[in-house]
Amino acid sequence: MDDAEVKKISDLARLAVSENDLPLYRTQLSNIVHFVEKIASAETGGISPMAHPVSSALRMREDCITEGDERERFQSIAPSVEAGFYLVPQVIP
Amino acid sequence: MRDKTLLELSRALAAKEFSCLELTQAYLKQIETRNPILNAFISVTKELALETASAADTRRAKGEALPLLGIPISHKDILCTQGVKTTCGSKILHNFIAPYSATVVKRFEQAGMILLGKTNLDEFAMGSSNENSFYGPVKNPWDMERVPGGSSGGSAVAVAARMTPAATGTDTGGSIRQPAALTNTTGLKPTYGRVSRFGLVAFASSLDQAGPITATAEDAALLMNVMAGFDEKDSTSVDIPVPDYTQDLSKALKGKVIGIPKIFFKDLEPTMALRIEAVISAYQKMGAVVKDIDLPNVSFSVPVYYVIAPAECSSNLARYDGVRFGYRAKAPKDLYDLYTRTRAEGFGPEVKRRIMIGTYVLSSGYYDAYYLKAQKVRQLIRQDFQKAFETVDIILGPTTPTPAFKLGDKIQDPISMYLSDIYTIAVNLAGLPAISIPAGFIGHLPVGVQMIANYFKEDRLLNFAHQYQQVTDWHKKRPKETS
Repeated sequence: MDDAEVKKISDLARLAVSENDLPLYRTQLSNIVHFVEKIASAETGGISPMAHPVSSALRMREDCITEGDERERFQSIAPSVEAGFYLVPQVIP
Repeated sequence: MRDKTLLELSRALAAKEFSCLELTQAYLKQIETRNPILNAFISVTKELALETASAADTRRAKGEALPLLGIPISHKDILCTQGVKTTCGSKILHNFIAPYSATVVKRFEQAGMILLGKTNLDEFAMGSSNENSFYGPVKNPWDMERVPGGSSGGSAVAVAARMTPAATGTDTGGSIRQPAALTNTTGLKPTYGRVSRFGLVAFASSLDQAGPITATAEDAALLMNVMAGFDEKDSTSVDIPVPDYTQDLSKALKGKVIGIPKIFFKDLEPTMALRIEAVISAYQKMGAVVKDIDLPNVSFSVPVYYVIAPAECSSNLARYDGVRFGYRAKAPKDLYDLYTRTRAEGFGPEVKRRIMIGTYVLSSGYYDAYYLKAQKVRQLIRQDFQKAFETVDIILGPTTPTPAFKLGDKIQDPISMYLSDIYTIAVNLAGLPAISIPAGFIGHLPVGVQMIANYFKEDRLLNFAHQYQQVTDWHKKRPKETS
């Protein structure tokens, strides 16, 4: 993994990485990727992928309200709210 | 009274030997004395505990007879507790008070148990040493220079140092069993789907499972009787009947077949192998039969895990964006800056590494080679276990490759840390239940033996574990209270 790749991944992951930290990430992530590449040698022809230990279909439930409007309760722990909205830095100039 | 098992406490409370309040005070006092040294708790809910303990005394006086009513418990700080901080060991949730409680937490409340506090952990349960906590490492009471294991290190140490009679943990790749082994406690990871994940903050959703950490297998059975069961709020919860886990504890093991995977002993240190072989002979004396088994694909477990778990982690942890709850970076110049800086400042190094690896293996062009391939190998690992369980009742081996290692030893080398879970990870990939119980000491350090059973056979694991604890007293050994 080179610096450009680390930067691309950190952008996709929305994680700020400083120029100073790039070499460490490059080394550590490359080592981990190299380590997991061992799985390439497993013989998996005709094997279906296993996404989950429980292979049941999603359950259906009654179409009725179980919990009412809890906006106030949920927003009480938000960093910044106003008039029932979550506030973020201005998006549209 | 702090040294009693849950069953003994239950009987003592029923016989009015002491009150729930006195019992709770005794544990709170132990926390006050020991926690400043061991750092096992992130939050101690003293007032709430005293209040609910008094209420439990009133309820007992009125004749209520719930077995665990008025007995304290502590929860890993990744299970949401309404009104009490849930940090996940992270700076990003340093101020997070969940607006609801996890189903597991509610079930213990309904059983009448007293919450003593929330225990320390590796950040978002990612780690095997408890050094990845924003709130500082937990110390191993058997040797203060050593790690207690992780990620449920706080829970394991709280039980080992008798700051709580029992605790909950969660296990994604060994996070209940490995710290249990390193602290001389009993830790059970249930079958995936047996215990509700609702309100358990997600790390790797197809692997996470909550379970008990206790002093004995019998105590674990008592907690499982409360924890296990269907929950409609968890779409992966399995709707099958829950047995009384105490029912089969005393069943004889004569004729039961124990599978020994040769691969688990291949590179095992001789001192560790000796301990495990001693456990095997104890079972043989009880009439169990031993059989060698092959798990040919288990050697891929750690690399498979470090594709699947980070992939799920990168997706689950996308929610921490500084908008709806938790930490938010100061003075963001735009929305992108808010997201990237909140996450960079809020997460610790290991969590960031895993998010990056997960993002990488899921990114365009790499998905098939890593994620899809890992899912296929995961299937092979499950098939290996299924084949083995056609001829054996239980699979037995070490929980960890070594006893507790020193603080700082592996923290700079992620892969060496990952390999400390070499024997536990396959179980999570397959979704099977497994237990770690005390198996003696190497020098002054405890080690554990791991047993794995087929899906939903927690009762069999507890039966095996309880029988071993009837003929040995390793699980009764307690660390000296040094500073």
